Amino acid sequence: MAADLLWIFISAMVINNFTLYYFLGLCPFFGVSDRISTALRMGLANIFVLLITAFCAWFLNTYVLSHAPYLRLISFIIVIASTVQFVEMAIKKMSPVLFKALGIFLPLITTNCAILGLALFATNKGYGLLEGLVYALGAGGGLTLALVIMAGIREESKLLEIPKVIEGTALNLIIAGILSMAFMGFAGLFSTS
Amino acid sequence: MVAQHKYLFSETMKNFEEAARYHEEFIKGLWKENPVFVAVLGMCPALAVTNTAINGLAMGGATLFVLTFSSLLVSSFRRYIPKEVRITTFVIIIATFVTIVDFLLQAFLPAIHKELGAFVALIVVNCLILGRQEAFSFKNPIRLAMVDALGMALGFTFALFCLGAIREILGNGSLFGVSLFGPSFEPWIVMILPPGGFLSLGFLLLFFNWLKQRQEQKQSLVYLADTVAEVAEKKDSIISLKRGV
Amino acid sequence: MVEQEQRTGTSSTRMIATLGIAGLFSGLALVAVFLFTRPIIEANQAEALRRAVFQVLPGSSSFQTLEFSNDKLALLSVEQENNAPKSKNPQIYAGYSKSGKLLGFAIPGEEAGFQDKIKAIFGYDPQRRMLIGFEVLDSKETPGLGDKIIKDKYFRTSLTSLEIDPKIVAVKPGQKTAANQVETITGATISSKTVIRLLDKTIRRWLPSINIYLAKQ
Repeated sequence: MAADLLWIFISAMVINNFTLYYFLGLCPFFGVSDRISTALRMGLANIFVLLITAFCAWFLNTYVLSHAPYLRLISFIIVIASTVQFVEMAIKKMSPVLFKALGIFLPLITTNCAILGLALFATNKGYGLLEGLVYALGAGGGLTLALVIMAGIREESKLLEIPKVIEGTALNLIIAGILSMAFMGFAGLFSTS
Repeated sequence: MVAQHKYLFSETMKNFEEAARYHEEFIKGLWKENPVFVAVLGMCPALAVTNTAINGLAMGGATLFVLTFSSLLVSSFRRYIPKEVRITTFVIIIATFVTIVDFLLQAFLPAIHKELGAFVALIVVNCLILGRQEAFSFKNPIRLAMVDALGMALGFTFALFCLGAIREILGNGSLFGVSLFGPSFEPWIVMILPPGGFLSLGFLLLFFNWLKQRQEQKQSLVYLADTVAEVAEKKDSIISLKRGV
Repeated sequence: MVEQEQRTGTSSTRMIATLGIAGLFSGLALVAVFLFTRPIIEANQAEALRRAVFQVLPGSSSFQTLEFSNDKLALLSVEQENNAPKSKNPQIYAGYSKSGKLLGFAIPGEEAGFQDKIKAIFGYDPQRRMLIGFEVLDSKETPGLGDKIIKDKYFRTSLTSLEIDPKIVAVKPGQKTAANQVETITGATISSKTVIRLLDKTIRRWLPSINIYLAKQ
């Protein structure tokens, strides 16, 4: 069981990285990755929302959707968005410091494909509550890792002279491609014996 | 008689202008405001499922279905949807059509559905679709909204097909599953893997940037040549003036 | 004028009504499409399963589902098989020839491969204690390398007559000396070893309950 959970965690974090293997959460990956500190906070906010999502998805799948599978997509979106909004309000009341650090990212994240992607993948893989939470932690960790690495590269690249023709999205995509290739090296981590 | 002619003329002009407007709204999505190549929207499906041309076309088709019907509904009911809850209403409409297309694919094209997997359901978070509702369908009459949606969706499909074809040709040596170069071809496998998605879109954008830059340079060269010619002409006239001719 | 008033200050009743109506129509449309497509989707899935079972149990022309629950294998009744929410207990399939003779069991299994889990189904002949067929159901192994476990003919043939005693083991290409050994594929060593591990692990897990089930027949 523990080995299974470890596999789920590592697999979601590096082998099948949400951003670099599944192309999920690309908007923040390109949009909020020009400074490491911002990227890190965005990543942490993502982990937080992913954990809530995993819980919501498990709850809906177990208690509601077994009778009405056709409502899966709609209920995922609406329930996740509203839960995140409630949690946001709660944090604002209880911990203004935490809200200041993560709060501004929360509304951005709820419409992120990584969130819905996690709910759908966890459903397709038939994960239970514990497995789902570990999967969310791994996926969130992977998103944070990719964001921070990207931000590090972009911080450095600001000091370089870049030809105008490649500046912007084209350069970011090519950097992401090289990163994705580097992450391919993690494949096989669990099957060498 | 004259009045009638004038009326007819103005009507024709109006029709002509209207047709031009429709034409413009349709054509902009295909190239000038192409959702993938210019606006860089909906990257998740554009990169995730375009490892073959067929998958690109299938994803494009599914998006076309969802976008057209969502635009139709949003535009038809735009007077009755309160502004405060418009986004939620859009999401409900879009999610309904995505679920429908998901079921239809699963029932009638199970092989394609297996290839695309959860990415069919992820059409619901494609920024392109919600973006068109908010920016266009909610403000424009039905026919115009349909033209816009069709243009954008076809532009999206075209971009996905291009990416899929490039990646399949380079990464598998085939197009639509038909081998192009024979067995001696050594495929560039990484192109059909995730890094190939990033790289091929990156290099395509680079290529478009280069084309644009070259065009701008050409224009500025023409401008420069014109200016030089103009100055030279003036110089001639000044010289002739000085000579007192 | 009226419209402007509504636009500037929409009453909450109207917002709720709009969302409610949108939800109602969406629900109606979804239920209609669901009812229309469900039989086709289920038929597709049943057909895929049938094809896989007949593929891994050569000569079979019908099969029955066996479910593992309460520590024993039992045949599923027809009603149980048609029950809409499928039970989550592990299932295997018993394949029969035209004359009704039990040919073997088709057993699905999964194992962490190079990229993601490899899901496969294989046929087991209890009389000869041999594996007689193998089919990959789902894999994300690298195209051109790891996916040779699907395309490599020699590897696949070697899985159609494979003794399971004392243990299914992997050997290097060209070094097979016994009927319980499988040669790995050059360029897909990890993926082929994963398949071999999947086969051995899954058959060891099912063997005791299959034997108990057969003894009772």
